[in-house]
Amino acid sequence: MLELKDVSVKYGSFTAVQNVNLDVSEGQIVVLLGANGAGKSTVFRTISGLNKAASGSTHFEGSSISKSSPDKIVKSGIVQCAEGRKLFPMMTVYENLKMGAFVHRSHRKKTKDSMEYVFELFPTLSEKQNDMAGSLSGGQQQMLAIGRALMAKPKLMLLDEPSIGLAPLIVEQMFEVIQKINREGTTILLAEQNANAALKIADKGYVFENGSVVLEGTSEELFSNDEVRKAYIGA
Amino acid sequence: MKILKRQYIILAMLLFAIFFPLVTQNEYLVHVMTLSFIWMIGVYGLNLLAGYTGYLSLAHAGFFAIGAYSLGLLTVKAQMNFWAAFVLALVITSVIGFLVGLLALRTKEHFFAIYTLCVGYIIYLVIDKWESLTEGVRGLIGIPAPGNIGPISFQTPLSQYYLVLSILLLSVLAMYRIIHSLTGRTYIAIRNSEDLAQAIGISTIKNKLTAFVLSTFFAGLSGALYASFIRFIGPDIGHTVITFDLLTYLLVGGIGTLSGPIVGTVLVVWISQQLQFLQDYRMLIFGPVLTLLVIFYPRGIVGAIASWTNKQAGRMKQRSLRDEKKEDSFPSSDIAPENQVKEG
Ligand SMILES: Nc1ncnc2c1ncn2[C@@H]1O[C@H](COP(=O)(O)OP(=O)(O)OP(=O)(O)O)[C@@H](O)[C@H]1O
Ligand SMILES: [Mg+2]
Repeated sequence: MLELKDVSVKYGSFTAVQNVNLDVSEGQIVVLLGANGAGKSTVFRTISGLNKAASGSTHFEGSSISKSSPDKIVKSGIVQCAEGRKLFPMMTVYENLKMGAFVHRSHRKKTKDSMEYVFELFPTLSEKQNDMAGSLSGGQQQMLAIGRALMAKPKLMLLDEPSIGLAPLIVEQMFEVIQKINREGTTILLAEQNANAALKIADKGYVFENGSVVLEGTSEELFSNDEVRKAYIGA
Repeated sequence: MKILKRQYIILAMLLFAIFFPLVTQNEYLVHVMTLSFIWMIGVYGLNLLAGYTGYLSLAHAGFFAIGAYSLGLLTVKAQMNFWAAFVLALVITSVIGFLVGLLALRTKEHFFAIYTLCVGYIIYLVIDKWESLTEGVRGLIGIPAPGNIGPISFQTPLSQYYLVLSILLLSVLAMYRIIHSLTGRTYIAIRNSEDLAQAIGISTIKNKLTAFVLSTFFAGLSGALYASFIRFIGPDIGHTVITFDLLTYLLVGGIGTLSGPIVGTVLVVWISQQLQFLQDYRMLIFGPVLTLLVIFYPRGIVGAIASWTNKQAGRMKQRSLRDEKKEDSFPSSDIAPENQVKEG
């Protein structure tokens, strides 16, 4: 479904991502593991078209999206839920969700259905739909960020560290929701530092270090790999 | 209840505007008020781009002048029918706005401000130096007053006052519709974060360009009205000084608010009139006041009032929550949003 071939990304003269190959099949949950600054977010931004790759190519459902603009990429079905709960704080929860369905703005019915789906997934959002997004708690903001991404009805959702800064109990719920979204037909590419929780729900994973993939394999393989355990699971 | 109150305020303002010339009977005041209305239209244009979309254009007076000179040249030199020239002036301004926007919007933030500052100055220079077309510093004389619409003529100051007021009201209405539509929310999203806007599928290039063109359209409208009201224009109307005047009105009233342009323009124009005896020393007062205002009330007077009433509402909400708690001891995690500035 999504394929990155030899992708390198530069910030000025600094190479943040080097010769990365990724392969995500439809229906999967794939996780990118890596420490701070390993290049996970950069890969996501590149897939979304927010950064342009210096070399290499990105293909989605068979066609190249390396040169597409970010809005075209969203329209083709890839939606990113960026790091750090990026919301429109001065808009209400409802308006934030509505903005998420921007690419389907001419389909009112579709938007309404997605909204109901999101409210079903996150009942809290329904209760708080008229509150300003900026007034939500961290966990609620993360729900809203995911909800807003879902409003675009993505085929592939990029989730950048959804568990960051959340209480352990909420993290667990968050991963359950991600699994549920996946079961209902959305392919998921997940960046995480919480390897333990992420590998439990993922099909396969890639381990990033200094902008390159140093290890890849199924969740079981990574889970039982000594280096991964030492570096990311702490056991 | 709050909405009801807002409606009363709008109604009061409207009645005031309608009856103002009849009550004062002072031609000079009516003249100043008409001019203020004309400025307001331009300020609304600036507000859409700088306030809602987050792109501070300093070429605004340039587009104001393009609107004014287009109307002037088409009526005086090409002898065109007034209203045809009026419409064409708006088209010309918007087309030039489109072309400038294509280039200018490749830049962001300070660079955009500096780039548009240069564009504005170039427009001024072109008007000033292209004497064979614009008459240079001598200016364009004899621009006709607005032509008749059916049986209504606009030769008297009073009729011009009402014409400008009507166009202002239409502009405000249009702004209201834009801001409260998906397009408006798209602009706000871009102001908020361009990355995030792109991430949810908004074509930022396209939307920034429409905001830019709309903003120049209102600048042109304001300029064309100015030309037909004052009936004489010189290159000075395109000078950067005018841009900063408009920006001052916007900052004082409240950038990114719907009523800011009205409040700011009336207030600053009126205070300037009162302080006329001070001549340019007025700036000694305006400068510090403006600086303080920007520091403490970045969203101007309207923003200050809005956050104040919000705080009151928040306090009320908390009080009622506390009362609720006393009655039945359910824990409530719902804390009133702090300092959220609603669109005024
Ligand atoms: N806008 C930028 N300009 C310059 N360098 C950047 C920029 N963004 C990221 N980098 C650099 O690129 C590298 C990869 O950053 P990236 O944000 O992709 O890491 P990450 O894996 O997402 O880290 P984290 O887990 O902390 O989010 C880092 O060394 C970072 O300093
Ligand atoms: Mg990151």
